[in-house]
Amino acid sequence: MSIQLSTPVNRQAAEALSRSKGEPEWLTAKRADAAELVETLELPKVEKTRIDRWNLSAYGQYKAAQPVSSAQELSQDIQAFVTESQAGLLVTRGSGAVFSTLSDELKAQGVIFTDLETAAREHGAIVQQYLHTVVPSNEDKLTALHSALWNGGVFVYVPKNVEVELPLQALLYNDDAEATFAPHVLIVAEANSRVTYVDNVITTGSAAQVAAIHHGIVEVVAKAGAKVSFASIHSMGEEVVDISIRRAALDNDARVEWIIGDLNDGNTLSDTKSVLNGRGSSSDSKVISIGSKKQKLSLTTQAVHWGKSTDSQMITRAVMREEATAIINGITKIEKGATKANGEQTEKVLMLSPKSRGDANPILLIDEDDVTAGHAASVGQVNPEQVYYLMSRGIAKIDAERLIIYGFLAPVVSEIPIDAVREQLQRLLERKLEA
Amino acid sequence: MSTQFIINDLKASVEGKEILKGINLEIKGGEIHAIMGPNGTGKSTLASALMGHPKYEVTDGTAHLNGEDILEMEVDERARAGMFLAMQYPSEITGVTNADFLRSAINARREEGNEISLIKFIRQMEGKMKELEMNPEFAHRYLNEGFSGGEKKRNEILQMMLLDPKLVILDEIDSGLDIDALRIVSNGVNAMRSEDRGFLVITHYQRLLNYIKPDFVHVMMQGRIVKSGGPELAERLENEGYDWVKEELGIVDETVGQA
Ligand SMILES: Nc1ncnc2c1ncn2[C@@H]1O[C@H](COP(=O)(O)OP(=O)(O)OP(=O)(O)O)[C@@H](O)[C@H]1O
Ligand SMILES: [Mg+2]
Repeated sequence: MSIQLSTPVNRQAAEALSRSKGEPEWLTAKRADAAELVETLELPKVEKTRIDRWNLSAYGQYKAAQPVSSAQELSQDIQAFVTESQAGLLVTRGSGAVFSTLSDELKAQGVIFTDLETAAREHGAIVQQYLHTVVPSNEDKLTALHSALWNGGVFVYVPKNVEVELPLQALLYNDDAEATFAPHVLIVAEANSRVTYVDNVITTGSAAQVAAIHHGIVEVVAKAGAKVSFASIHSMGEEVVDISIRRAALDNDARVEWIIGDLNDGNTLSDTKSVLNGRGSSSDSKVISIGSKKQKLSLTTQAVHWGKSTDSQMITRAVMREEATAIINGITKIEKGATKANGEQTEKVLMLSPKSRGDANPILLIDEDDVTAGHAASVGQVNPEQVYYLMSRGIAKIDAERLIIYGFLAPVVSEIPIDAVREQLQRLLERKLEA
Repeated sequence: MSTQFIINDLKASVEGKEILKGINLEIKGGEIHAIMGPNGTGKSTLASALMGHPKYEVTDGTAHLNGEDILEMEVDERARAGMFLAMQYPSEITGVTNADFLRSAINARREEGNEISLIKFIRQMEGKMKELEMNPEFAHRYLNEGFSGGEKKRNEILQMMLLDPKLVILDEIDSGLDIDALRIVSNGVNAMRSEDRGFLVITHYQRLLNYIKPDFVHVMMQGRIVKSGGPELAERLENEGYDWVKEELGIVDETVGQA
């Protein structure tokens, strides 16, 4: 199985591109090695989804982005995503960063918040130490491809004991379908630190209407006692294929909270995983999604328990309209020795039309006896008994159904800890549901 | 004009089985009619058919509320025309708070652009909740989700009070209520008694009728009203059961649609 890319990927091409951007030698070498693997590795096996049939060819070419000197210079539709109270803002456009700020206070505490290419040059030692350690380049064809060609991206570094109160926000957008849009997000939270990171992944202009790919990888390293909250809302256009792999590695007593809003209009492969290595580490994932038209969505949440007394919670709720299809996988894996681990997962799909499809697959893989685990999954339609009840109070059918649909998503939406993100998500939900 | 509700020879089926076999009933504003009858005789079916539950198919007859044929209307139109059914088993709806639901229901009765202000709504809701001795926290709970049997019934009455209907059907509003709640709910109903409003109260127990005093009592068997009388009929049923009615009318099996 091979992907026909618009630009060939090979050792020479990857090296040449890396050198032309003035990247450090170690990074050039990593990219070159990864490029070589692209040809030999297979696409990942995705449960019940034939991603080999998706249009993965429109990877585009690296195009340098033009920096802006203030957030006001960004286009209006992008500015609309900037939340009011943040500690730092980073904007990438297509293949590169165009803007970044970070409060002086956080800078003084040693926090780093910049695009990953800049970080590789300016903080090479730390980036080199962690890059591709959570999602290895040689895992499959897609991770290799990404390692060879990622660009722009985000680097967050929070030193030991530092607590970042306000969220760090990144806007990753593409307005040029010919530009490679493959951001890599690397978050390193040292022992007992705290940080909240929020991003929006957006396409506008031609990039939303022409075949294109967003290929993102997120790596979160949470050291002992660190707490990372990660929220990401994707709202890309109909012709854009979104491949997003997110993964966290947790040390003792670390915690990761994922909030994912998959609100694209195009095919989406979204895989969010926590690897609970350390004793007492915990993870909480909340994913919501709305599918419409002929969209195909593959939404996976995973938790792998290695450490003792680890805890994972995963919730996915998806609403499928028109002819959309969602395959929702929840994978709780408890390894031998992870005694007293607990893993709970729930996947629910609400189908709004006879041609929409939903498939919820809870998968528990448990190799240890002394654990607790639970799952619940359901796929259904709007309950006519509930519609009748609401209508019997005078509420019109369309409004009754709308209340029930928003109600279905509410238990996830209402738990989002950051007001601005919650409101943004609510707006995007409305846009997708009422379109 | 005081309210007038007239049911004429109403027949209804569920899943192809005829359950209501010709109901005739007239309720005027200010009146309280009680319907009693053994299990499975069609009482809830009558309530559901009048409200327009999609499973119940009206095959014959009419029902007019103040001259309007409600059987021609969608469920929500019936409600806006003034029908209200406090259900025997109210639905639970996750993610929709009681307050949001109530406000939507009130606004559904108002013109667009003339929605009730938030402040006014909250004041009204909290006032009625207080009358019903409901914990204010119930406004923010998801609609009926995890409510106890009695809490659901109180919540039904809260809706009735806020929606100001013309014809109220209470289907076993007393089931699951403790003695204090029975008094509180009955007070709520009595406070709503007026010339513009008629009540149809379905119950198994005379006890409720001590609080909500009916003007007429009807007995339902085999999908029909087989006997009508005043409050004394309920008392006799409470004391003697239904056997004497069956005997009087020569009924062996009082249920309907079991064959
Ligand atoms: N949705 C339904 N599906 C199938 N059968 C039904 C349905 N609703 C009512 N029935 C049947 O119709 C008959 C009358 O039921 P109904 O609920 O009207 O009785 P009821 O008089 O309210 O009884 P109860 O006092 O137990 O509440 C019963 O045999 C019942 O099983
Ligand atoms: Mg009944």
